[in-house]
Amino acid sequence: MKNMIEIDRLNKSFGDVHAVRDLSFSVREGELFAFLGVNGAGKSTTINIICGELQKDSGSVRIDGMELDREAMRIKREIGVVFQSSVLDSALSVRDNLESRASLYGITGKAFEARLEELSGLLDLGGLERRTVGKLSGGQRRRIDIARALLHRPKLLILDEPTTGLDPQTRKTLWNVIATLRREEGLTVFLTTHYMEEAADADFVVILDSGSICAEGTPLELKNTYTGDFITVYGIDEEQVRMLGVGYEKIRDAYRLVVPNTRAATDLILRHPELFEDYEITKGKMDDVFLSVTGKTLREESAEK
Amino acid sequence: MQASLILIKRNVKLFFKDKGMFFTALITPAILLVLYASFLGNVYRDSFTSNLPTTVKLSESVIEGLVGGQLISSILAVSCVTVAFCSNFLMVQDRANGTRKDLCISPVRPAVLSMSYYVATLISTMLICLIALGLCLAYVAVVGWYMSVADVFLLLLDILLLVLFGTALSSIVNFFLSTQGQISAVGTIVSSGYGFICGAYMPISSFGEGLQRVISFLPGTYGTSLVRNHAMRGALAEMKEEGMPSEVIEELKDVLDCNLYFFDNPVTPETMYLILGGTVVILVGIYVLINATVKRR
Repeated sequence: MKNMIEIDRLNKSFGDVHAVRDLSFSVREGELFAFLGVNGAGKSTTINIICGELQKDSGSVRIDGMELDREAMRIKREIGVVFQSSVLDSALSVRDNLESRASLYGITGKAFEARLEELSGLLDLGGLERRTVGKLSGGQRRRIDIARALLHRPKLLILDEPTTGLDPQTRKTLWNVIATLRREEGLTVFLTTHYMEEAADADFVVILDSGSICAEGTPLELKNTYTGDFITVYGIDEEQVRMLGVGYEKIRDAYRLVVPNTRAATDLILRHPELFEDYEITKGKMDDVFLSVTGKTLREESAEK
Repeated sequence: MQASLILIKRNVKLFFKDKGMFFTALITPAILLVLYASFLGNVYRDSFTSNLPTTVKLSESVIEGLVGGQLISSILAVSCVTVAFCSNFLMVQDRANGTRKDLCISPVRPAVLSMSYYVATLISTMLICLIALGLCLAYVAVVGWYMSVADVFLLLLDILLLVLFGTALSSIVNFFLSTQGQISAVGTIVSSGYGFICGAYMPISSFGEGLQRVISFLPGTYGTSLVRNHAMRGALAEMKEEGMPSEVIEELKDVLDCNLYFFDNPVTPETMYLILGGTVVILVGIYVLINATVKRR
């Protein structure tokens, strides 16, 4: 499978601040790629460079096999971006917003009508077309943001914290749409998010800290490397748990034991089968990975914002 | 081309849908007209009549026509530029709220984007200035009408040129602004200062010689003079008919800035058109150039 994004030794500074340091990674075609990091880690700078909004100091950026320095205009046709803050014109109707955006890609007249109908079906925009954007709910507006980013059928969709502030239902709808597009059109999705459960569904994750990569891999690899496994045991008392000699915490009606990995969990269970009559083994979460790698949590960051 | 037209449509629509932007721009000439008519009209009239030679007897109507022409020429000369600064608010607002960044990640060329702001501002400003012209002509029709059809058409041409000038100037200035606070500050400075330096609030002839020379380098001055010439030509011609000597008329034209001098050389209306038109071309060129050359960070 070919790479949609190839970034090699990318550097960008603002005065004395080294926002991106020797950053190298690649994103495969059709992949859901999660790009994580606390505020100021260099995520937005990298995205802005990919979009051609910022100039890099050094390094190379290739999108769909094209060099950003040489083919910026062609690359722009292949990228759709949904920013964290909606950039729709609140005073205009949904249709006006989409029409003006489509025209920038040369989609006008019947081609626009056809694409609008397609996106209306996909994103359930029926009945919203004539409404003023300023009068829509946050979730409705987000759907329009996504429609706007998809008008020109991009190969790469950049989602910059797309679900921040959305209700769970809208978030679910949004991810269903993204899943459909990935499945049916092979869309590559480059995601930044503060929701670790969304990152856990990614094919590949890169965690940035102070402008450089501090961890990367599939969610499973990251969990295996940076967190342990947990065994939740039911129906035993604390004395018996203590006897096992592993770290634990008491939860409402059970004890959660911390073990280094699944192998260690299996060994522990085989050594004390009499205690493990009712139990479950779970992997660490992406929150734990992030905390372990950066020493910070994204939720704190999100709350501070 | 299609992208340019749709972007222009978007910008114009946003301007007229944003009640704040639209009414702020529209109210400026309306307030000026009310203030001028209520307060400065009497000052202009008294100043004019007290300086008339005792041998000359003029009809009340022609005096009112001249004072009215002076009033509306001041308003129109100022409005064409200040309204352009108000109308061009969108360019900065788009930058402040991230829309500009979003537009720039599309494959639209920077020149198309910048010209769409220019043309949209031109259309919005022209529409508002035409409404202002309508109000001003109605005012003159009530107090004393001496303008010919040709004068009205020339006034329209003057307004078009001044709007082109104001739009180009505001586009260059606004290019360097990135917050709504900055544009409000610039708007305030332009609204309060431009009227003085273009000779609309006070006749240039009343300034000191040094200042007059400095002001003669500013192209807006010639725009004001053109508007004054066409707004007052009919009333001045009528005064001549009513027996006012030609020398007095010429002196009056000097005082009212209908005649302008560049280092003691009289500047003809044709030259004024050339100066203003040339300035528009240069300013638009500068605007296109800065859009094409100012690099991304």
